[in-house]
Amino acid sequence: MNKLETEAKGMSTRNYSLFYGGFKALNRISIQIPSNRITAFIGPSGCGKSSFLRSFNRMNDLIPGVTTEGEVCIDGRNVADEDVVQLRKKVGMVFQRPNPFPKSVFENVAYGPKLHGVKNRSDLAVVVEKSLKRAALWDEVKDDLHKSGMSLSGGQQQRLCIARAIAVEPEVILMDEPASALDPVATLKIEELMNELKANYTIAIVTHNMQQAARVSDYTAFMLTDENRAGNLIEFGTTKQIFTTPSDTRTEDYITGRFG
Amino acid sequence: MNRRKLSQNAAFSLFWAAGIMSVLIMAVVVGYVLVKGLPGISFDFFTTSPRGGLSGEGGIYSTIVTTFYLVVVTLAFAIPPGVGAAVYFSEYSGSTVGSLTGKLVNLARFGVDTLAGVPSIVFGLFGYAVFVTAMNLGFSILSASMAGACLIIPVIIRTTEDALESVPSGYREGSLALGANRWETTWKVVLPAAFRGISTGILLSAGRIVSETAIFFVTLGGSYRVPHSLMSGGRTMALHVYYLAMETRAFDRAMSTAAVLVGLVVVMNLGINTITGRITGKQR
Repeated sequence: MNKLETEAKGMSTRNYSLFYGGFKALNRISIQIPSNRITAFIGPSGCGKSSFLRSFNRMNDLIPGVTTEGEVCIDGRNVADEDVVQLRKKVGMVFQRPNPFPKSVFENVAYGPKLHGVKNRSDLAVVVEKSLKRAALWDEVKDDLHKSGMSLSGGQQQRLCIARAIAVEPEVILMDEPASALDPVATLKIEELMNELKANYTIAIVTHNMQQAARVSDYTAFMLTDENRAGNLIEFGTTKQIFTTPSDTRTEDYITGRFG
Repeated sequence: MNRRKLSQNAAFSLFWAAGIMSVLIMAVVVGYVLVKGLPGISFDFFTTSPRGGLSGEGGIYSTIVTTFYLVVVTLAFAIPPGVGAAVYFSEYSGSTVGSLTGKLVNLARFGVDTLAGVPSIVFGLFGYAVFVTAMNLGFSILSASMAGACLIIPVIIRTTEDALESVPSGYREGSLALGANRWETTWKVVLPAAFRGISTGILLSAGRIVSETAIFFVTLGGSYRVPHSLMSGGRTMALHVYYLAMETRAFDRAMSTAAVLVGLVVVMNLGINTITGRITGKQR
């Protein structure tokens, strides 16, 4: 796959701004996120990383008073024109706090496929097993798929949520600080998992943790608020470049821990 | 011992006394009713109907049947609009903030809160004027259950709304992010998660129907016969207590009926405790 194809297939935004009522939270962001890579969004709290991430599956639609300008595209198609159900099937999401449903492990993973029309019990069983294996959780839960998802440990719950997301066969997985509520060992597992998943999925991750961004991501985007508290994309490049030779002094200051 | 420790001990003693006091009051009331009422309770007491007249002879069979019918029919009227309105308020009205619909929603919320504080006899008078008289339904289980529904719908709305709002927003986000729409999310994730809280509210409402008297005095009439249709009048156990105490010489039977009522209320509260106990047991 040459470079151009990679870009056409990935996610991109052009002059994208987002407003909460009259407050501008994101200011004219343009970016091209490559497919089958992990892209990390870093920046201080309140810089709009999560709002930006949520623009790709239109989760911001749920907040009253949100308006946008510019474009968010996936595979070259504007997400605003897509059916939101189809969009969210294509763009999975993993949240900051593990949020398994108060249902069994099986039902958690089967929830998405059922929504999208898989009815047959044995087909569901196949999807559930495949998804749990991909999320590196199968060995830990295979003996009792009918216990509650809530009874798992935090790290297992988060991998269950990843399994739930990939069960609907998305192209993209958005991760909003997926390890911030987890201990270091569970965090490491999630990071290893992300590395395996990028072969099949495009991953965008928001993280507060710069070491994490440096460890797991191929590309890094640095965001910062301007004087009006609107989030701007300051710099985007390969993770190596951002962490070793940032071209913007603000990026350098943040990376080296001078603020944040 | 210093002043701070003294005031701490004084406060603690006061609260302790207050706690003991409330338990004592309850024990005395319940104890009195049980001591006076239990001796009059026998198997026949449950299986024979009141005989009517000044003597107050007979059991409470027909009043048990009437109470049961009334609770079931009232809940059938009240649960769909009550739970439905709460689902709308909690799950759907968020996107209407600022619009005209949003203002109507606020007005409706205010109305519900107001209705929840209206004395039950007011609903009774309304039921008497509208269902019994204007709609010509007479003193009947139908009239009484519709008036009763007006009484408990605000309660069901509020308890259901509380139950829905205590469902973590992460469940909704998780479901919506998988491509579920609002209804699928509500039906498959939010309502099941809130089920126990909602059932608690419904059980509390059922208890309200069991224990109210004034509202049914003016809508259900006072027939001591076993009801045979929705158009039959009747008297609930609580109404029967009132009739026995005020219009017959059988005060002892009033006490016995009251003892049965107390027993029923205890059972219902145990039911609620089991339900809420399971919440804390399962979800933590």
